[in-house]
Amino acid sequence: MNWISDWALPKIQTLFGAKKEVPDNLWHKCPACEQMIFHRDLERALHVCPHCGHHMRIGAMQRLKYTLDEGFQRIELPKMPQDPLRFRDQRRYLDRLKEAQSRLQMDDAVLVAHGTIEGRRAVVAAFEFAFLGGSMGAGVGEALVTAAKLAVLQDAPLIVFTASGGARMQEGAISLMQMPRTVIATRMVKEAGLPYIVVLCDPTTGGVTASFAMLGDIHIAEPGALIGFAGARVIEQTVREKLPEGFQRAEYLLRHGILDMVVKRSEMRATLARLIGLLREPERAVAEGEAGSAAAPRMALPAPENGGDAAKPPASPAA
Amino acid sequence: MRHFLDFEKPIAELEGKIEELRRTTDAGGIDVAEEIGRLRDKAQALLRSTYAKLTPWQKTLVARHPDRPHASAYIAALIEEFTPLAGDRAFADDAAVIGGLGRFRGRAVLVLGTEKGHDTESRVRHNFGMARPEGYRKARRLIELAGRFGLPILSFVDTAGAFPGIEAEARGQAEAIARSIEACLEAPVPFVATIIGEGGSGGAIALAAADRILMLEHAVYSVISPEGCASILWRDAAHAAQAAEALKLTAEDLRRLNLVDAVVPEPLGGAHRDPAAAIAAVGRQIAELLEPLLALDGATLRARRREKFLEMGRSGVV
Repeated sequence: MNWISDWALPKIQTLFGAKKEVPDNLWHKCPACEQMIFHRDLERALHVCPHCGHHMRIGAMQRLKYTLDEGFQRIELPKMPQDPLRFRDQRRYLDRLKEAQSRLQMDDAVLVAHGTIEGRRAVVAAFEFAFLGGSMGAGVGEALVTAAKLAVLQDAPLIVFTASGGARMQEGAISLMQMPRTVIATRMVKEAGLPYIVVLCDPTTGGVTASFAMLGDIHIAEPGALIGFAGARVIEQTVREKLPEGFQRAEYLLRHGILDMVVKRSEMRATLARLIGLLREPERAVAEGEAGSAAAPRMALPAPENGGDAAKPPASPAA
Repeated sequence: MRHFLDFEKPIAELEGKIEELRRTTDAGGIDVAEEIGRLRDKAQALLRSTYAKLTPWQKTLVARHPDRPHASAYIAALIEEFTPLAGDRAFADDAAVIGGLGRFRGRAVLVLGTEKGHDTESRVRHNFGMARPEGYRKARRLIELAGRFGLPILSFVDTAGAFPGIEAEARGQAEAIARSIEACLEAPVPFVATIIGEGGSGGAIALAAADRILMLEHAVYSVISPEGCASILWRDAAHAAQAAEALKLTAEDLRRLNLVDAVVPEPLGGAHRDPAAAIAAVGRQIAELLEPLLALDGATLRARRREKFLEMGRSGVV
């Protein structure tokens, strides 16, 4: 890397004979405004176009890195039966699956990690859209159930970043059953009195939207993210009407009361940390020994039967 | 006039011939009773052999047969004192979802169903069984009502899926479905769901996350319609028959995958040839499965229902 690659546009670089050392992905074209962006600038901007603010799709691992403090732990996810239907269209599903697994170095379309966000504990599940469109089959459903159990075990909030075309057709009705399965996962977190925050990223549609993704305590979306149940083409064919401007985009959903907020990627970490801090405020009044035990919602005041404890001052906030 | 499906053509021809001969006889012509009997036996045999080996795509067509008994027919035949309840208390009443109070075998229950309608007027009124958010919100409201009063829930599912429309999206179709699934899973009362025709994706599971799930012999239950699947994976809806095969959407497939609890046999030639018999068989099966659930308390029901769904897909390969 030298000053030329920092300054020169790709075509000019060839004049300097720098071509051989320069990988061809140093410059990225913004899919929205078509301006060229230097890779280091793009990374610095968290893959948001510095020219037009377009939030580009990013991978699950990147998402974890952008969200969690350094030193987070990825957890291994349970293995589910692969290709339970022996599904075959023009290609075998098993081949598509294996190809995605080796290309992306992950077992299925979700990564789960635990760590801290600006010092506050959290469990984060992130979808990888490049893995078969982030579609939800048994592996993805199990990943979310596992993330929920981990959150309960660690007494930490669950944050899910979605990016999915919906159910994974190649798993037939098994993929459909991931809708109730993931709804159960959200119940586990809520019953433990823990916050469940959904961050809807581009795109989130179908059975993913219509299950765990719409049951958050807080719904956040990235700017411009496509979020909906039915696909735009299906709707157009059904109602034979032109779709309104900005239909199914994050801002449209915010206007229709489906989201709490639309948050820029650069402000996501701080927003999540603040929300967790506010939602878990009562936790500070809970004696440390009780922290991991209670399944009931945590109360700021001691229960009446613990009258003797009422006089004690609340425990100091956790470090 | 009976509506014949394409693959039923040979049967239709035989039945046409029988009809013609009978008219000749009625008109005082020669007595052809023997010939009619022979043809009738032949038609029965043909019907039996055809329906014994329906392909998944043919089953999809049978499941969508316009004469097939719909949710309202089941309610009319199985539920006494049926008292329909309407509305989501927020925006509208969606007639694609029908529901209300009534008695099943003398016991007070809450009934829910997706209703397709049987003629042009009723099909339009019920939006061909495709519910909008209001329908799922009504379902949720009624499920919660049943929970409060300890009423077992029976649902009859028959829908191509949730309605894909601009307004439906604007009013939170996805959220409405998610909440309805949640309500099903949370209900502290026995819940038996029956897939009577088409179990179309999210629009179906919204009313079917139950303790026991029944499916009629020729019903289908799938994450996407064969046409939709074909147009995505084969890039051509004309491959629907192949997609139906690959999706494993028949009652037999779902039973084998352990996603449904029982398959209710249909009368020869499908439920539409003898609706009363089909409905009676469903009633008997519901009664049988409901009985042991009645002894369980709400917490146990809920815990077991969760465990049932969490187990799905963890094992079992076709």
